[in-house]
Amino acid sequence: MDIFFKHKDIYAFAALAIIIAILPVFVESKYYFIVLNVIGLNTIVVVGLNLLIGFAGQISLGHAAFYGLGSYFSGILTVNYGFPLWPAMLVGMLATGMIAYLIGYPSLRLRGHYLVMATLGFGIIVNILMGELEHFTGGHDGLMGIPQLAIGGLTFDNDLKNFYLIWSFVFLSMLAARNLLNSRVGRALRAVHGSETAANSLGINTADYKVKVFVLSAMFASISGSLYAHYITFISPSSYDFYYSIQVVTMVIVGGMGSLWGSLFGAGVLTFISEALHVAKQYHVIAYGIFLCLVLVFLPEGILVGFYNLFLRRKARKLIKKGEHLNIS
Amino acid sequence: MDFTQQIAQYIITGLTIGAIYAIVAMGFNIIHNATGIVNFAQCEFISLGGMFMYSLVVLLKVNLVISFFISMVGVALIGALIEIGPIRHARSKEIIILIFLTIGLSEIIRGAAQEVWGTDNVGVPSFSGENPIHLLGGATIVPQHIWVVGITVLVMLMLRYFFKNTLMGKAMRATAVDRRAAALAGICVNRMILLSFAFSGALGAVAGMIIAPISTTSYDTGIMLGLKGFAAAILGGYGNFVGAILGGILLGILESLGAGLISSQYKDAIAFFVLLLVLFLKPTGIMGYGESEKV
Repeated sequence: MDIFFKHKDIYAFAALAIIIAILPVFVESKYYFIVLNVIGLNTIVVVGLNLLIGFAGQISLGHAAFYGLGSYFSGILTVNYGFPLWPAMLVGMLATGMIAYLIGYPSLRLRGHYLVMATLGFGIIVNILMGELEHFTGGHDGLMGIPQLAIGGLTFDNDLKNFYLIWSFVFLSMLAARNLLNSRVGRALRAVHGSETAANSLGINTADYKVKVFVLSAMFASISGSLYAHYITFISPSSYDFYYSIQVVTMVIVGGMGSLWGSLFGAGVLTFISEALHVAKQYHVIAYGIFLCLVLVFLPEGILVGFYNLFLRRKARKLIKKGEHLNIS
Repeated sequence: MDFTQQIAQYIITGLTIGAIYAIVAMGFNIIHNATGIVNFAQCEFISLGGMFMYSLVVLLKVNLVISFFISMVGVALIGALIEIGPIRHARSKEIIILIFLTIGLSEIIRGAAQEVWGTDNVGVPSFSGENPIHLLGGATIVPQHIWVVGITVLVMLMLRYFFKNTLMGKAMRATAVDRRAAALAGICVNRMILLSFAFSGALGAVAGMIIAPISTTSYDTGIMLGLKGFAAAILGGYGNFVGAILGGILLGILESLGAGLISSQYKDAIAFFVLLLVLFLKPTGIMGYGESEKV
């Protein structure tokens, strides 16, 4: 299913860890640190969303809301109620998971694309509430003065420290997703994606798995949202609008649905493009749209996996010409 | 204004906006029935309708009626192009891919519209003056409200005639019921799908054009109207034509009453709250029957 995702993916993870460890040496400007950190935050959301899209075959257009719930739970609990930071993050994650369960449970019991409608509506409602519940959220002006995270005496008060913090979470979330997919649950999810009826007849409670993976993916988004809030220390509703939901969906597709490493790739490429187009903000929407359409029409498996498959096919053709056999698994 | 007058006023406003939702919901339904996908580009059809109308009537001073038809055909063509191009040539025909594709297309159209027209809200003149008409209950109504409801009723009657009485309409319905069987009966399924995209383009354009004089228009007015039209389609029972009309009107009135009696800040939230309630309580919608089996 995934090119790096064979038995030896431990090397890939080791490489990722090394890259994360030494990358800051080569980064000079503050600006690139911010870009890298935003890529990291988006990757966490995209890995979670990809579990849902790639393995449960369901669409969520409300992940901005879960991301936002993480941010706002962390922000409100710590700023307004003086909650300790890490427990606030945990509370945010659990609460977001519960809310996702309440949305996912009724809509995933049904065949068809009911989740897309429920998440769409939910996302818009949450975004409106963020702006209107001024007493708690600070309204459209946003919530300021969110404290920075700290472990013991170490406060994450600059971009470099936050880089290590965020990318540790990226690493952990990818590892968690990988382990999940290699477990019994992961195999069940693949079966569900392959054929729901067949999975059902083998005794897999498909609806149950879909709800679980949806809740999990909401929790990923929530963690990322909390990290964002503590990193930027300021949040406002405009970061969590419908457009953000579409952005992360685009990242999943460009990276490749069901591809773990593709999630990292998709989040990286598209976040980078957003930043590169920062001066010409009006081209954002159109660039994302063109990217999304091109990939969907020509490489529906995503760029990374799509090109790899093309490469395999060419290699196969060459070998067939030579009269050899190639085992493509 | 006493309370009953107020309520009457809200209901009239609700009916008008509900008529718009009904047309949009119809557009969603036609494509859903033909292909099984949710066409998010429907939102952009509405914006385009409004902006075409603005360009023709205000900028180029073209006659209102002629502008109306040019815009309608123009957006219908764009709808058709979407189908002929990306949708038909997508290498994967999985529903989930096609739904994402319509999202991407809608982004491209919205981005292009922003380049062409900018981000300002612009007005379009009413079809026949602005003098409010006083009704029996004491409520007032601007002529454009009558135009909206009148044109909606006309569109619905025409659609009904088309689907019930013409060969092509029957062929489209046959395609919706069973694509393979329709193809076996000699219906060119691809042409029916193409037609359904053109139809929803035209419907979206009509919705955008008739609401523009009331609420002004911009490159992205269609997003909220479109998504609420989608909510109306679900409320009525996705894919059901009578449901689309009932759902649209019900949603419009609920929203208008909610905005007036509860809080206008939450106006947009009300429609989506109704959507969530329907999904949780009766996901087949008010007119739906047993289509979405429980698993």
